[in-house]
Amino acid sequence: MTLNEIWFILVSVLFIGFFFLEGFDFGVGMSTRLIARNSKEREQLINTIGPFWDANEVWLLTAGGAIFAAFPHWYATMFSGYYIPFVFFLLALIARGVGIEYSHHPINEKWKNIWHWLIFGGSVLAPFLLGVLFTSILRGMPIDENMTMWATFTDYVNVYSVVGGIAVVLLTLVHGLTFIGLRTDGPVHTRALSLLNKVYFGLFGGLVVFAVLTYFNTDLFTVRPIATPVFFVAIVLAALLGFIFANKGKEGWAFTMSGLTIVLTVAMLFVGLFPRVMISSIDPAFNLTITNAASGQYTLSLMTKIACTLLPFVLGYQIWSYYVFRKRIRHKDTVNYK
Amino acid sequence: MDVLDLARFQYAATTIFHFLFVPLSIGTIFIVAIMETLYVVKKKQIYLDMAKFWGKIFLLSFAIGVVTGILQEFQFGMNWSEYSRFVGDVFGAPLAIEALLAFFMESTFIGIWIFGREKLPKWVIAFSAWMVSIGTLLSAFWILAANSFMQHPVGIEIVDGKPVLTDFMALIKNGQLWVEFPHVVLGALATGGLLVGGISAYKLLKKQNIEFFRKSLNIAMIVSLISGIGIAFSGHSQAQYLMETQPMKMAASEALWEDSGDPASWAIIADMDTEEMKNNWSIEIPYLLSVLAYNDFEGSVEGMKTLQATYEKLYGEGVNYIPPVKTVFWSFRIMAGLGGLMVIAAMLALFFNKKNKLNSMPWLLKALIWMIPMPFIANTAGWIMTEIGRQPWTVMGLFTTAQSVSPNVTAGDLLFSNIVFCGSYLILGGIMVYMVIRVVKKDPYGQVDVEEDVDLLSKEAFGK
Repeated sequence: MTLNEIWFILVSVLFIGFFFLEGFDFGVGMSTRLIARNSKEREQLINTIGPFWDANEVWLLTAGGAIFAAFPHWYATMFSGYYIPFVFFLLALIARGVGIEYSHHPINEKWKNIWHWLIFGGSVLAPFLLGVLFTSILRGMPIDENMTMWATFTDYVNVYSVVGGIAVVLLTLVHGLTFIGLRTDGPVHTRALSLLNKVYFGLFGGLVVFAVLTYFNTDLFTVRPIATPVFFVAIVLAALLGFIFANKGKEGWAFTMSGLTIVLTVAMLFVGLFPRVMISSIDPAFNLTITNAASGQYTLSLMTKIACTLLPFVLGYQIWSYYVFRKRIRHKDTVNYK
Repeated sequence: MDVLDLARFQYAATTIFHFLFVPLSIGTIFIVAIMETLYVVKKKQIYLDMAKFWGKIFLLSFAIGVVTGILQEFQFGMNWSEYSRFVGDVFGAPLAIEALLAFFMESTFIGIWIFGREKLPKWVIAFSAWMVSIGTLLSAFWILAANSFMQHPVGIEIVDGKPVLTDFMALIKNGQLWVEFPHVVLGALATGGLLVGGISAYKLLKKQNIEFFRKSLNIAMIVSLISGIGIAFSGHSQAQYLMETQPMKMAASEALWEDSGDPASWAIIADMDTEEMKNNWSIEIPYLLSVLAYNDFEGSVEGMKTLQATYEKLYGEGVNYIPPVKTVFWSFRIMAGLGGLMVIAAMLALFFNKKNKLNSMPWLLKALIWMIPMPFIANTAGWIMTEIGRQPWTVMGLFTTAQSVSPNVTAGDLLFSNIVFCGSYLILGGIMVYMVIRVVKKDPYGQVDVEEDVDLLSKEAFGK
């Protein structure tokens, strides 16, 4: 396996980790306006992700850093090409991040409510835009011979990318509601599970539409004639199992399955993309690949050593933090932020 | 304004705004970690109360530092795609390491530190606070390693006109990094120190929780004084390093158009005429520039006109290699002047606090309150000098700012993002300052902690 392939896999793993972890954070953020009836319940929900969300978001920053280090042309083309979507994406992350921290020290109820709305808005917009981003990358974007992307509005906003965006929102909402099932008790717990059933039906429908549109809009089924259908079946199966486990009260398994649904979806997209990193809709010769977008071998091998040394520590203390905060957040609990 | 100006404006606005919160966070968490440690060692409740109180201010700052930091990481690709392509082989590595090594550490242990108090032994909490602090320092190290490469590119070979990394250790051993890192980090510690000190002074002036704030002031001023002295020394070595690597920046910061005499005198103030390329008048101290540049009472320094000729031979004609002289000249003086003021203030405060005389010296307490904004201004001025002084280059001698900008981002896109981002900064900054003032006005023990209903947009909030 070449270093370029290793780095493509590493970037994929970072995105998979990000969507798995920050996925439930987004879902919890959305659910604050869907299943909580007052600000106390919203706080209970936010506290389920309190100690984790920030570190989960770092997976995205690390993915961004890894792309910059390993595939600078991918970094340059994607971030400049999707300029306006990224402006909105960054606003969503700002709103969410500041909302979560500042809602712990609210000036009054009115302000707490504003912070909670910002958390909700950011939590819907961010996964939606990521869905739009990844699906439109797969569909192909107008990239010229200099690797510069000249996208117009309809290049990134079209039926396929909007459906992709909604699919990611639904996936993360399912994951978040399942996480709430695992991490809470009391009324929000009951309401999370009842909403989960409805959202699962939306997700099943969404996945079918997404699969059909993927067939017509991308070459995923052509370049991976076996893997792509297998992935789709596995995704639906995992979602189905998640639905069944959630209804049987096996919350640990339900969470594993909702996570698996996300992992498989992101993995499918990256498997279909490989060995390309950005697809040109103008000419396949202009595609960015793991070869022509990459850094030199010295940098790649250096970064491989550094990543292999540091990752075990990162995973170690992140897992430890989940172990420390393994107890359910009870209805009556109040966390002292001081 | 054209695309380049708008992109530069947005970069400057984002970086300046981000770097108000970075040094504040680095400085306050360092002080909080000291307090957490004192609590473990001395087992006195007051240190825990102090850590919690100042920890709140750290958290308010850290949240904004994090979200604007995401912008920092993405904006290289968004606005400076050609720069990213050019330096990607070198510049991406420290950024990725920063995320992997520092961001994960900060964000995970911050969760443990805030939420773990009731679940974990207190030494683990102190340990977590230190891990957050070390995380912020590591983050500074790696981002400054990247910045140092822009000031003084090392460890590379030029292949097909692009830098290719050949020696990672050279990147870490970069002399620029080892003068820049201590200077920036100590500046950050002083920023935290003077904020904690200034707020403590305010409380002492109001005669509230005397013991609490005297102890806080003491810790903060020790940190500020040691940092302040370190800032001066590292700043001095940075100037000498500039002489070798970026003589044009050095000459611009001294408004030195012609070669200086030997020994070289240093201008405190000058009236610069950038059109005529001369100073109308200046007040100069003899010998000082020789001392600054060479640690010696002799030696002349090359002026901008000579350097322009040298640069033209090295990098090609038809380009003005002289950065905006007035900006560089004044930002340097603002930074250095405020730095000196900070050291004096910390020394006086520490001395009279030890003698327990602060309470009878309201003027000194008031002066300390006035010192709160000074490190922020000094940090900003320092970065303006560093980055403007490097112009027209992004990577010194290799790549210019004009070459760096994204070709596919339009002026309209940039206008929109400028308005949206700058608007967010203003709102966030305003809310953050208001929230800090609110925390400060409360009793640290929360006895008068009534849920007052203050409307941020009410008249009271904006009145006196």
